Amino acid sequence: MTDFSVVGKPVLKVDSLSLACGSARYTADYEMRDPLYLAFAYSPVAHGDIVSLDDSEARGMEGVTDVFHAFNTETELFTTAGQGYPEPSPYDTRLFNKRVRYAGEIVAAVLAGTLSEARAAAAAVKVEYAPLPTLFDPEKAMDKDSPSLHGEDGAYAPLPVPFRAEENVAGEVLFSFGDMEKGFADADFIVDETYRTHYTAHCALEPHAASAFFDEKGRLVIVASTQVPFHARRTVSRVVGIPAHMIRVIKPRIGGGFGSKQEIILELYAALAAWKYKRNVKAEMSRSEVFTAARTRHPMRVRIKTGVKNDGSITALDMSDVMNTGAYGAHALTVLSNAGSKVLPMFNKIENMNFVGRAVYTNLPIGGAYRGYGATQGYFAFNQHMDGIARRLGVDFLDFVKKHHIREGETSEVFKAIGEGTEGVSQIIRSCKLSECIDKGAEAIGWSNLRGKKIANGPVVKGIGAAVSMQGSGIPQVDMASASMKMNDDGSFNLYVGATDIGTGSDTILSQIAAETLNVPLEMILILSSDTDLTPFDTGAYASSTTYVSGQAVLRCAEKVRSQILSVAEKMTGAAPESLVFKESRVVNTATGEETSFSDIACFAMYSHDQFQIQASASFTGSESPPPFMAQFAEVDVDTETGKVRVVKFVSVGDCGQPLNPKLVEGQIEGATMNGISYALTEQYIFNSKGKMTNNSFWDYKLFGTLDMPEMKTIVVDSDEPTGPYGAKSISEIGINGPAPAIANAIYDAVGVRIYDLPLTPEKVLKAIRARTDG
Amino acid sequence: MKGSFLVNGRTNEWTFEPDATLLDVLRANGHPEVHRGCDEGVCGSCSVLLEGKLVNSCQVFAASAMEKDILTVAGIGTIHEPHPIQTAFVESGAVQCGFCTPAAILATLALLRKNPNPTDEEIHSALDGNYCRCTGYVKIIEAVRLASRRMSSHD
Repeated sequence: MTDFSVVGKPVLKVDSLSLACGSARYTADYEMRDPLYLAFAYSPVAHGDIVSLDDSEARGMEGVTDVFHAFNTETELFTTAGQGYPEPSPYDTRLFNKRVRYAGEIVAAVLAGTLSEARAAAAAVKVEYAPLPTLFDPEKAMDKDSPSLHGEDGAYAPLPVPFRAEENVAGEVLFSFGDMEKGFADADFIVDETYRTHYTAHCALEPHAASAFFDEKGRLVIVASTQVPFHARRTVSRVVGIPAHMIRVIKPRIGGGFGSKQEIILELYAALAAWKYKRNVKAEMSRSEVFTAARTRHPMRVRIKTGVKNDGSITALDMSDVMNTGAYGAHALTVLSNAGSKVLPMFNKIENMNFVGRAVYTNLPIGGAYRGYGATQGYFAFNQHMDGIARRLGVDFLDFVKKHHIREGETSEVFKAIGEGTEGVSQIIRSCKLSECIDKGAEAIGWSNLRGKKIANGPVVKGIGAAVSMQGSGIPQVDMASASMKMNDDGSFNLYVGATDIGTGSDTILSQIAAETLNVPLEMILILSSDTDLTPFDTGAYASSTTYVSGQAVLRCAEKVRSQILSVAEKMTGAAPESLVFKESRVVNTATGEETSFSDIACFAMYSHDQFQIQASASFTGSESPPPFMAQFAEVDVDTETGKVRVVKFVSVGDCGQPLNPKLVEGQIEGATMNGISYALTEQYIFNSKGKMTNNSFWDYKLFGTLDMPEMKTIVVDSDEPTGPYGAKSISEIGINGPAPAIANAIYDAVGVRIYDLPLTPEKVLKAIRARTDG
Repeated sequence: MKGSFLVNGRTNEWTFEPDATLLDVLRANGHPEVHRGCDEGVCGSCSVLLEGKLVNSCQVFAASAMEKDILTVAGIGTIHEPHPIQTAFVESGAVQCGFCTPAAILATLALLRKNPNPTDEEIHSALDGNYCRCTGYVKIIEAVRLASRRMSSHD
C-alpha cells in the first residue's frame, strides 16, 4: 500500500465538532428579518381535474398575503428531478397542475405572516374535483383500457429518449445481445421468477426546507436543504422566470439526503412567493408532508428468466422490469436503467442477455432518487434468483457467485448498452476484490458452520444468507465537478468546491485529498462548499460521484497549485527544480538542505517580485465509472410460529478502492446497511383503496432504532482503483443493496420458503411457511 | 403569553402562544441547535433535558416548562470547550449529517449521569428514542462507550 500522510487516515470529520456542539446551521435555522411563511393544500383525490378552486375564504383570513394555485400561476412543464441538463426525466409537471394525479399532490400554496396562519388558510382553500378513473397497479399501466395520466397535457422528454405518455410509459430501456433463443435452447433447465419491491421513504431526519431572502443588492438568495444547488438555481430560474444571475443558492449543513434532496420542490415555491412580493419567505415540510409531497423509492417488479446448464454455466438471462414512477416521472428513466446497468454486469460471462424495462405512471406518490437508485430493487431479485439456482444445482451460493462474477481486466457488454438516457460507456474493470469480500464475509458470519444447518431453538430456526452487489462512481461522461484553490500568506489554502456535503463527509475527504497533494496538515485546508456565488460548479451529491469525480477535480486543482508553489520556490532559491521536494508545509532543496516554508513562498508571491496569488482551478468528468463491490451476509432467526424475522448478525465487506477516510467509509456502509435492513423488514407505504397513504407518520412507518440493531460487522478490503483519486472509488450507496436479498436468502436457508415481495413481514413469512407445510 | 425560561443556566423572558411547544419556543428564541425532525414525538431530534430528564421538546407545552431547568446541547460544551461526550461523538465517527447528534449527546448525558458505566443493553435502551438515518447507530454506540470510559476515569 502506498504510504500516505493524510489520505487513508481516520482524520476527524471537519464539520463534526460544530455539529456536535450545535453551532452548525441547517436551512430552517437561518434567521431572516420579518419572513412570510408558506403552507400547502393537497389533493385528497388520486386522479381528477380541478373544476374550480375557491380561495376567497383563505384570502380573507388573518395574515394571508396570497394564495397561489393553477388558476393564477401558470408555469411551463418541467421536472423536479435535479439532474444534468437537459434532464433525462420527462417534463411532465407544473408548479400547480390543473389535473391532479395522486392523493397528496400540491394544489395551492398559501403565503402568510406566520406558519399557523398559512396552515389555517391552506385548510380553507376549497377545491372541486371532477374525478377521473384511477390507476394504481403499475403492471396494468400499459393496458389499453387503463387511463392515460399524461396523454393530454403535452408532457415530453427533453432528451431524445423513449417517452410515450399515451401508454403511461415515462421511460423505457431495451437492450439485447447474443442469441436468446439459442441460449435458452442450450439450457438444461430454466428458472423464471418474479420479484416485487415496495414504496419506501428516505426519512432523512431533517425535513425538506427552503428559505428565500434578498441580499442588499436585491438578489434572491435561496438557502435550501439540497443535494443539487447548481441544478436548483437553473431549475428555479427556468420555472419561476427569475434570471439566473439574480439567484444565489447556498447549501448550509444538510440533515441527510439519501436522494430525497436531489429534487427541487420547496425552492421553487419559496422563490415564486419571495420574488413576487420581494419579501423573505420560509418553507419547511412537516414529517407527513415529506412522506407524500417529497419523493419515494420507486417500487419495481423484476422478472428474471435464466437458462442454466447442469455444469453451472448460464446460457441466457432475460430481465424484465416494470417500475412504478408514480404520478410524475422524476428519475424514471435513470432509476430504471440502473436496475439493469448496475446489476447485470455482475455476471459478465453470460453471452446471451436481454433487458426490457419500462417505467410507468400510476396515481400514486412520486418516485425519485434513493440511495441504490434502482440497483437496490434489481439486486433484491438477482441475489434471490441466483441463490435459488445455486441450490437447484446443489452448489454453494458463494462458490456460484465466485464462478460468475466480473473480475479485474474484464468488461461487460452491459456497460456499453445502458447509459443515462443515452448509450452507455464501455469500460474495463480495473479493481475488483469481490471474491476477497466474499471470503472475508463468509468467515466473519460463520458461513460453513451455519449455512444449511437450520439450528432450531424451540420454534425459532436460524439461517444465513448472502448477497453481492456493485454500484458505480459517478455517471461517466456526464457528471462534472470543479474545484478552485488559493494560497494564503500563512501557507494555508482556501479550497472551494461545488461538491455538496449532505452529511456524507465529502468536505472532509476532499480536504484530505488537497492536504495530501500539498503535503500540509488537514487544518491548513479551509474548505467552502456548495454556494453558487462563491464556489465553482458541481453536478451535486448523487450517483456515488463525489469521491471519484469531485475528488479528481480537487486532486487536479491541488496539483496545479503545487506546481506554482514549486516554481515560486525555484525563483526564491535559485535551485534546480529536480532538487526541490515537498515536505510538511515547506519545500526542501535536497542539494543544500535549505528549507523554504509555504508561508514564505506565499508571501514572496504576494508581496515581492512579479506578484501574483498562487491559485488554480480544475474540472473533471469521469470517462468511466469504476464500480465498488460488496458482499453482505445476514444471520437471521425465524420464528416459525409467528413468522417474525430477527436479524441477529449482519456482515458487510466492501471494496471501495483505497478508503480515503476509513472511519467515514465504515459509517457509509453501516448507515446504508441499517437503512437496508429496515427497508427489508419494516418500512412500507400503506395505501387505502383510494390511493392515499395511511401511515405517513413515524408512529406508523417503522424505522429501525438502537433496540432493533443486529450485531454489525463492517470490513473494508485492500484495493486500489488506478483511475481514482489516490486509488478511491465510491462507497455511499452500495451498502443498501445487499440487506434485503441477504435476509430473504437467510429466511430460505432457515425455513425453506422464498419471499418474493418486500417487505419481509411476519405475515408473509408465516403465510409462506404454512403454505409449504400444508402443501 | 409571557414566561420565564431557564435555558443553559440563563434566565430569559419570552413571549409565546399558549399552545406553543417547548421546541417552538426554543427555536424561535435563539436555540436552533434543538432540531425539528418529526414534530410527533418519535424521532427524538428535539430532545432536551428538562429538570435533568430527557424529553422530546416537541411534545412538551412551553407553558409547562416555565421556570424549569432546560438544557440543550449548547449548554454542555462549546466548539472551543467541548464536553467529553461531544468529543467522543466526534472521535468515534458518530457524527454524519449531525441532525440527530445534539439530541443523541443529551440522551447520552442523561444516561451517564444516572449510570456512569452502562452495559451495551443499557446503551441501546437509552438511545432507542433517538433515530439516526446516517450511521446505522454503530458509531453512536461506540461514542457512548468511549464517553463512559473517559468520564468515569475523570471522576
